[in-house]
Amino acid sequence: MDLNAILHWPYLVPIICALVIVLVLPLVAGYIVLVERKVMADMQVRLGPMRVGPHGLLQPIADAVKLLLKEDIIPESADRWIFWGAPLISVTAAMLALSAVPIGPAFLIAPGLNIGILFILGVGALGIFGIVLGGWASNSHYSLLGALRSAAQLVSYETSAGMAVVGALLLAGTLSTTAIIDRQAQDGVWFIFAAPVGFFIYLVASIAETNRAPFDMPEAESELVAGYMTEYSGFRWALYFLAEYTNMIVVASIATILFLGGGLRPFSGTAQLDFLDYLPAALMLGIGGYCFYRAPKQPVGVQKGFMGVVGLLCFGLAALLALPVIAPAGSILAAMEPGLHGAFWFLAKVATYLYVFMWLRFTFPRYRFDQLMRLGWQFLLPVAMANVIGIAVAVALHRPIANGGLGWPWWVAFPLTTALTILVAWYLVWVGEKEEPTEIKVGEEEETPVNA
Amino acid sequence: MGSTYKPGSGVETTVLGADEIILNMGPQHPSTHGVLRVKLKLDGEKVKGSECVIGYLHRGVEKIAEHRTYTQFAPYVDRMDYIAAVSNGLGYCEAVEKLLGAEAPPRARVIRTILTELGRIASHLFWLGTHALDIGALTPLFYCLREREEILKIFENYCGARLTTHAFRIGGLQYEAYDAFEKDVERFCNDFDRRVDEYETLLTENRIWVGRTKGIGVISAKDAIAMGVTGPVLRASGVEWDLRKAMPYAAYDQFEFSIPTGKNGDTYDRYLVRMEEMRQSRNICLQAIEKIPTGPILGKVGKVLKPPPGEVYHGIEAPKGELGYYIVSDGTTQPYRVRIRPPSLINLEALDQMVRGHLVADVVAIIGTLDIVLGEVDR
Repeated sequence: MDLNAILHWPYLVPIICALVIVLVLPLVAGYIVLVERKVMADMQVRLGPMRVGPHGLLQPIADAVKLLLKEDIIPESADRWIFWGAPLISVTAAMLALSAVPIGPAFLIAPGLNIGILFILGVGALGIFGIVLGGWASNSHYSLLGALRSAAQLVSYETSAGMAVVGALLLAGTLSTTAIIDRQAQDGVWFIFAAPVGFFIYLVASIAETNRAPFDMPEAESELVAGYMTEYSGFRWALYFLAEYTNMIVVASIATILFLGGGLRPFSGTAQLDFLDYLPAALMLGIGGYCFYRAPKQPVGVQKGFMGVVGLLCFGLAALLALPVIAPAGSILAAMEPGLHGAFWFLAKVATYLYVFMWLRFTFPRYRFDQLMRLGWQFLLPVAMANVIGIAVAVALHRPIANGGLGWPWWVAFPLTTALTILVAWYLVWVGEKEEPTEIKVGEEEETPVNA
Repeated sequence: MGSTYKPGSGVETTVLGADEIILNMGPQHPSTHGVLRVKLKLDGEKVKGSECVIGYLHRGVEKIAEHRTYTQFAPYVDRMDYIAAVSNGLGYCEAVEKLLGAEAPPRARVIRTILTELGRIASHLFWLGTHALDIGALTPLFYCLREREEILKIFENYCGARLTTHAFRIGGLQYEAYDAFEKDVERFCNDFDRRVDEYETLLTENRIWVGRTKGIGVISAKDAIAMGVTGPVLRASGVEWDLRKAMPYAAYDQFEFSIPTGKNGDTYDRYLVRMEEMRQSRNICLQAIEKIPTGPILGKVGKVLKPPPGEVYHGIEAPKGELGYYIVSDGTTQPYRVRIRPPSLINLEALDQMVRGHLVADVVAIIGTLDIVLGEVDR
C-alpha cells in the first residue's frame, strides 16, 4: 500500500480523531478538575492547589499517579464482575458520545452521522447503567441509595432535556450535528437567542443529568458519603470521575452545538467585525505574556522553567491561530483557518458552559431529593413542553408565505412566543408558591425501637 | 412478594414485600460533626426511627475532676465544647467562685463577658459554616472561618491559645488585657455587621436554602421544654429563655441586648435566631468595650482553694444552650463530685423526635441545626 492510498483511506481521520480523544481526554478531565479547584478557591477566598508545579499546574498529573498506585479494593461481599465492569460502562458511554461532537468543522470522528444529536443523547444515557450497576454491586446501603437516586434523577431530567433539545431541533430541521451548526451560520443567529427558555431548561437539566451540584443527589457528600462511589477506590474510582467530567463535556458540547452556534465565531456573518478573527491569537498571546511575567516570581528554578514552557506553549498556539488569518487567501495555511478557529471557539464555549456549572456548584446549597423531583416534573417539564409548542408556533409564523407560513419577521415571532413561554413558567411558579407545603407529621409514627 | 387472601372479598391481592433497612450513619461520616453514630431505620429514604449511639469520645472528664484540685481541673473543661472553650471556662470558674463565696472584680467580669461573647460568635460562625456545608453550600464555610480567624487572633493575643484557651482563672482573670485589646475587638465588631449581611445574602432568601430548612425538624415549645432543650433550639420554638437575662452572671446585667426568638421551631427559624444572636453578641461587645472599669483583675481567693463543704449548681448560657456545673465539695482541695450538664447532649435527645418522617438528607440538616459538639456530648 503506498502512502497516497493510506492518506486517502476514509477511516484515517476518524481514527486519528478518536485516538486524540481517548488519549487527551483523561488529561483534559484532570485539568478541568484543577480549574474547578482553582475557581472554587477563588470564590472561597483561598488559593487552591499551589504545591505541585507553579500555581499547582502539575497537580492533575500527581493525582493521576496517586490514583494509579492506590490499592484497588473490591469488597468481599460485592458482586465481583459487575463491580469490576460498572465503571467501564460509564466511561465507555461517555467517550462514545463524544464521537458525534464536531470540535470545529475539521475535527469529527463520525462525519457522516445524520442522527448525531440522537446518537449523543442515546449513548450518553447508557452511562447510567454504570452508576446503577456499580451502586448495586457494591452491596452497601449508601451506594444503593446513591444509585437509586441517580437512576430516578436521570430519567426525570432526561425528559426535560429532551424537550429542550426538541425545541432547538425544530429550529434546525435536522439531527446532524454539523448541519445544525450550518443552519445557525445560515440564519445568522444562534439558537440561544431564538429559544432562550429552551437553553435555560437545557442548562438546568444538564446539570441534573451530570449529577452536579445543586443536583448532586447521587453523590451528596454530606449525606451519602460518596453515593455510588463509596466502595470504589484507586483507578476504578478515577474512571467514575473521568466519566463524570466527560459527561460534563458532552452536555456542554450539546448545548454549544444546539444553542451557542458550535464552532462559529460571534457575529460570524458580519464582515465589519472580522477583526474578531484576531481575538483567539491575541488571547493566547496575552496568557503567554502573563506566564513570562510570572515566571521570574516563582520560588524554585524548576517552576520558573515550567512557567516559561507554558508561556512558550501559549505563544506557539497564538502563532498557530494567527498564521491562517495573516496568510494570503488560497494558501494551505488559510485553508486551515475554519478548522483551527472553529475548534478554538467551540472549546471556548464549552469552557464557558463548564464555568457556569462550577459557579453554580459553589453558590447554591443542595436540593433535597423530593424537591428535585418536584422541580423536574412539575416545573421544568411543563415549561419545556410549552417551549416546544411556542417554538413550533414561532417557526410557523416566521416561515415565508410561499412555504405556507405567515412570513412574520424573526424579531417579532420569537420574542412573542418566548414571552408567552415565560408567562407559563411564571404561572407555574405562582401555583407552586400558593400550594401549601406538605405538612410534616412529627412523632406520629409508631414508636419502633431501631434494635427491634 | 407475598400473596394475601382477604376472606370474603374473593380477590387475591399481591402485596409487594418492602423491608425496612437500617442505615448506620457514623461514627465515621462527613456530617455527624465528630464521632456521633446514628442508627436510622429507613423505609426507602424516609426515616421511621433513629437511635443515637454516643460515647466514642468519652474521656471521663467528670471522674478526672475528682482527682484534681479545683485549679488543676479548670483546663479540662475547655476540652468539652472545644468550639466555644471560653464559655466552658466561664461556667466552671463562676461555679467554683460561688462555692467559695468569692466574686470576680468588676474589670474581670466585663472582660470575661467580652471574651465569652466573642466565643459565642466564633461558635455560631463555625456552626453556620458546617451547617451550610451539610446542606451542600460549600462556600459560606470559608467566609465564616475567615471571620472566626479574627476572633481566634484576639484570643491568641490575649492568652496565647486559640482553641482551648483556658482564658480565665477562678476568682478573676489569668492575664490582663493586652494593649490593643479594645481596639482589636472594636475593629472586629465594626466590620462584622457587614459580614453577617454577606452571609444572609448567600442564604436567607435563597430558595433552595429555604426549601431545605423550612418546616424541617420542627419541635414545639411544649416538647422542647419537656425534653429540657435549651439555647437557640429552644428560642427558635418561641420560648424567650436566655440565662443571660433570666439569671444574669458575669456582667450581662450591665448591657442592653435582646433575645431573638423564632415562631415555628424549624431549622430555618433556628438559623435566623442564631444569625440574630451573632448581631446581638456584637452589640454586647461594643457596649462592653466602652465601659471596661479599671481595677484589679483577680479577687481575693487565696493560693490553695479549699471551699467549705457544700454543693452548688451554676448554669450559664453557652452558645449551644444551658451549660451547668454541679459541684459537691467535701472541704478538701479536690471536688468530691463534679457533674456537668452539657447542652449538646440534652439537645441531641430531641433528634429522634425531630427526624421521624423526614428524609435522609434532612437528618443531616437536623444534626447540623442542633449544633452539637461531640466533645461535650461524650465528655
